[in-house]
Amino acid sequence: MARSSADKPLFGTGRSRPSFFDRLGLGRRQAHPTSPSKAFGRLPRPTRIAERLRSDAAFLESTSIRWPPSAQLWRALAYAAMALAVLLVGLPMYWMLLGAFKTNQEIFTSPPTWIPLAPTLDNFPAAWRQAPFGHFYVNSLIYTLVSGSAKLLQAIFCAYAFAFLRFPRKNLVFLLLLMALMIPDEFTVLPNFLTLANFGWTDTYQGLLLPGFVSAFGTFLLRQHFLSLPREVLDAARVDGAGHLRGLWSVVLPMSRPVLATLVLLTVVQRWNDYLWPLIITNSTEMRPLSVGIALLFQKETGTLWGVVMAGTLYVVLPVLILFLLVQRHIVEGIAAGAVKG
Amino acid sequence: MSSARLAASQVQGAPSRRDQAEWLTFAAFVGPNLLLLAIFSYWPLIQNVALSFTEWDMIAPVKRFVGLDNWVSVLTSNRFWQIVLNTATFMLGSVGLTLVIGLGVALLLNQRLRFRDTARTILFTPTVLSGAAVAIVWYFIFDPNWGMLKTALGWVGLPSPRWVVDSHWAMPAVIIVYVWKTVGYAAVIFLAGLQGIPKELYEAARVDGANAWQRFRAVTLPGLTPITFFLLVTTILLSFQAFDIINVMTFGGPVIATTTLLYEYYNQAFVGFHAGTAAVYAITLFVLMLVLTIVQLRYVERRVTYG
Repeated sequence: MARSSADKPLFGTGRSRPSFFDRLGLGRRQAHPTSPSKAFGRLPRPTRIAERLRSDAAFLESTSIRWPPSAQLWRALAYAAMALAVLLVGLPMYWMLLGAFKTNQEIFTSPPTWIPLAPTLDNFPAAWRQAPFGHFYVNSLIYTLVSGSAKLLQAIFCAYAFAFLRFPRKNLVFLLLLMALMIPDEFTVLPNFLTLANFGWTDTYQGLLLPGFVSAFGTFLLRQHFLSLPREVLDAARVDGAGHLRGLWSVVLPMSRPVLATLVLLTVVQRWNDYLWPLIITNSTEMRPLSVGIALLFQKETGTLWGVVMAGTLYVVLPVLILFLLVQRHIVEGIAAGAVKG
Repeated sequence: MSSARLAASQVQGAPSRRDQAEWLTFAAFVGPNLLLLAIFSYWPLIQNVALSFTEWDMIAPVKRFVGLDNWVSVLTSNRFWQIVLNTATFMLGSVGLTLVIGLGVALLLNQRLRFRDTARTILFTPTVLSGAAVAIVWYFIFDPNWGMLKTALGWVGLPSPRWVVDSHWAMPAVIIVYVWKTVGYAAVIFLAGLQGIPKELYEAARVDGANAWQRFRAVTLPGLTPITFFLLVTTILLSFQAFDIINVMTFGGPVIATTTLLYEYYNQAFVGFHAGTAAVYAITLFVLMLVLTIVQLRYVERRVTYG
């Protein structure tokens, strides 16, 4: 995966042509002021407005795909379509938020209210009492962090070995890994359950975590990336007496930050939301992670305490939602870069 | 024979201490992962095949060998073909809508519109949310008495179907939730594809007098072909792996209206305790996914290695 493509933002400031906001003088980073008004920012108002209008016209002139004559209409339509898409996708999420703050009485009114008439916080402690969310959180954290890190470490070491170390018949060994990639996790749930049941490990952390230590796709992805790195840098470090661990830590990993960041974030999100395996291997309520715990609370309370269940779903999605909003550019662009250029 | 070649032949003949050290490092780095792969990927493959020839309730100490009985009884049952049809319906519906809407959204976000970064973030958000949690929220949205959708349909004068409890509407309901959750992913990938199309091609097409629709046909669509192919394969694979939304919203029902191959595998194994029948469904699913996975991997390998 080329670094440049992963570092380049899809929108805005990364482009060579100034964005709409830049043209209006609202651009985020303006390293070198390009006009007096931007340099001093205190010119008389009319001048600034006139200049903005001029630059706006120049901007419209310069767009590579020119609008048809009825440009205004098309723009309006485009904004309307974008608003509609955002509304369709956003409303269900708003509904979740809304339900969590409504009293049960208000939830069962028709037509539904779009802003809570009597907002309440009672649903949150009630949800915490209805199900052991403390346990759910601990289990989700353990499942995400422990088995997620183990998987990542395996991927890193394994990929380094396949990319940089010599071994007799290495390609044959790599084929073993490639073939494992053809076997989806869903396919293996029954035999894995039976294997772990044999050890007496159902409903235990060992049982929950161990199958997740395997890394096939991450290893594959990282190996491909490592192979694209300039090998001379690593060789130079080796000549200078760096061991493999040091070479990996201070040469290879720093050159792979964007790929690693994407891999880490995808692993965290996938583990936090994982459902089928935890559902199968855990049995007692105290062993359930959030994703399974909330489903059980829902089945227990369906038709009665909607507000409480909605507050529970917020407990489940909030940590990932916050993480996503903090690093969304990295996730979104990492995914896009992996699919397009890598 | 030059000294260099002599040295090389010596290396070939007997590995030096340095080589052996490197081999050991390799084994230490790769060994644990391969061992776990053997236990949790390869052994299940063998075990599923073996199980498919036995009858076993997952409790009895011995499995009874029944030859091809499981295969014959599953493949000749109406239930199996209904489930294959369900899987195909779910796949066509969710993949088709995800790709078409995703492309539309990507074309929109590729225009110079204000707030499009915000729009992209909102559209992508469902992708990272727990499937179980969003299925619960959608269950309430679909509620024919108090749900949001009932109100929205009321605005345009339509009655609300009974969605998840109606055998005709349960599958569309599941597909809607699934499309809602994955459309942002498709849009983001299409968008990256669109931005990879050289601007000069559009310039050239305009010089040749092509209108907007002709430019879309002649430049945009061909430019998007590889990415569309990748998305197609990936979303088909994802549709085969859909489980949490179905499990929370419908339990595969009403009756078996939303039971897919994966869901039936789970049902047979962990609800009905028919390990043999479950294995037959598992292998069917595996074979269907195998070809697609190979195609997907070849694509990823090409992109990542030579990109």
